[in-house]
Amino acid sequence: MSTNKRRRRVDYELIEELIEPGSRVLDLGCGDGRLLEELVKRKQVIGRGVEIDEKHVLESLNRGLAVYHGDLLEGLSFYGEGTFDTVILSQTLQQTLEPRRVLREMLRVGRRAVISFPNFGHWSTRGQLVFWGRMPRTRHLPYQWYDTPNVHLLTIKDFRQFAEREDLHILHEIFLSGSGARITAVFENLRAVTAIFQLERARK
Amino acid sequence: MAYTDADNVGLVETKYFTFAEPPNKMPLDSGLKLGPITLAYETYGTLSPERDNAVLIVHALSGDSHVAGYNSPDDAKPGWWDLMIGPGKPIDTDRYFVICSNIIAGCKGSTGPSSPNPANGKPYGPDFPIVTIGDMVRAQSHLVTHLGVARLLSVIGGSMGGMQALEWAIGYPDRVRSLICIASAARLSAQGIAFDAVGRQAIMRDPNWRDGWYYNAEPPTAGLSVARMVAHITYLSDESMKGKFGRRLQERATYGYDFKAEFEVESYLEYQGQVFTKRFDANSYLYITKAMDYFDPAQRYGEGSLLRAFERLRPETRALVLSFTSDWLFPTAQSKEIVKAMKANGLPTAFLEIPSSYGHDAFLLPSPQQESAIGGFLRSTLQAGRELSPSISTASASSAADEGARP
Repeated sequence: MSTNKRRRRVDYELIEELIEPGSRVLDLGCGDGRLLEELVKRKQVIGRGVEIDEKHVLESLNRGLAVYHGDLLEGLSFYGEGTFDTVILSQTLQQTLEPRRVLREMLRVGRRAVISFPNFGHWSTRGQLVFWGRMPRTRHLPYQWYDTPNVHLLTIKDFRQFAEREDLHILHEIFLSGSGARITAVFENLRAVTAIFQLERARK
Repeated sequence: MAYTDADNVGLVETKYFTFAEPPNKMPLDSGLKLGPITLAYETYGTLSPERDNAVLIVHALSGDSHVAGYNSPDDAKPGWWDLMIGPGKPIDTDRYFVICSNIIAGCKGSTGPSSPNPANGKPYGPDFPIVTIGDMVRAQSHLVTHLGVARLLSVIGGSMGGMQALEWAIGYPDRVRSLICIASAARLSAQGIAFDAVGRQAIMRDPNWRDGWYYNAEPPTAGLSVARMVAHITYLSDESMKGKFGRRLQERATYGYDFKAEFEVESYLEYQGQVFTKRFDANSYLYITKAMDYFDPAQRYGEGSLLRAFERLRPETRALVLSFTSDWLFPTAQSKEIVKAMKANGLPTAFLEIPSSYGHDAFLLPSPQQESAIGGFLRSTLQAGRELSPSISTASASSAADEGARP
């Protein structure tokens, strides 16, 4: 699981909108720590990070963040139920080996989860597969099939179905075009390059 | 390297602080008392007017108070962690007031078994009381107070120094804003105790040890050098020994079919053992390894639970825990136990496992990752620590509490 070189500021700003000031936030795969640092500075959150890449851990450390160097599931295991208000997983879900376990763990230690991922249902990826008969490569999915860290690619529809099966309640959906502009939920599974979901466990 | 280098603290003087004069001897964990106590120490940099920039370096088994710079222009080498401490270095003496003292039971200027016993003026020898990591830290706390520091910005140590850093945080939670615990453990493993036991046996089975009464006779250098040889193996890794020596022979092209030290690794260890006997006291070695073996804050402060022991820490106490991949004496899993118990308490704890082939010794060697981690952690702790990483559990309460607690 490599990390979020692809994370873009626009992604951050929209995630920031979903975070309450002063809340407790765990950023999984926090990368260089920029998002967490912004949240700490602008929203006064209490932040913790988990990151597997040693260089990114050092960058986060140098931003003064309490970051754990290790695997996501291991990093999650240290925390008790409901320790956080929000657990963030930005552009990393598709790289996890066990996405279902990660999501369950996120909603064990956190009240809410914010998840962003590249939408494999976008017309350009579909087109490349249909017309060229080859695994799609885009600006957001730049890897070859043999070196991609994205082992669990998914579409917006896939995620919604997954959320339903996992008994999760979707609080917010945000869709972004290739240029990073926010787009409406019309044919979003074709038009959106990035999707951001905010979820919580469905109340029984 | 020279004392005139720009990033060096230059010529430094070892100073001495004596306290616990009878009848006010310092109580020890064993129930006995010790006094007077002298600590050898060095300081670099300047204490800020707010007195908030003091950093205490706590040394490992064979370390001393001379951690940076040169005691004399003729010194071949600077202090033992000079690569980390100095102007512009990670522990930046332009920013921080750095303190390092020799532990009690040591033999580098602080009171230990080779110091004169006030009862008769002769060396304590085996009459020196058993001391613990807690006792070492208690003695340091007197020195820190003497230097006018109520609260340390950080306590930093590797190996047994990491144990002292943990003890500081748990035993003196109001006096520690942060700690950096490197290649260490919250208790020594059975394997670690086993190696210490072999080292002690090597010393005690040397006829020259004479039950510890050897100060006016030939000292047990054979035993002490074997102890050091065994320990030295535990500080390296299989990989680093392979790279450094392999199976190469020393001064021979073929096997000699005798018992001389013919493999390079043999003569290296023998040399290390011999050199050590010139700078270290055998009794000190016994006392200090025993203190390491006894260290167990979970048992002492938490009824067996490290998580409960860390409940004593102030919730805003920041911690940085570092381990090295090839360290098998203090493996990463032991560092993670510390991190886990701290995180379970909501403490802002950072952890990094640094790739290295140098084994336990790695923390004393140049490492860009270690330097960046320590430098960044200290800077942020001094500048914005409280704003960036307050505790999870008492976030709203702690900022208010902080205001009142500031000296």
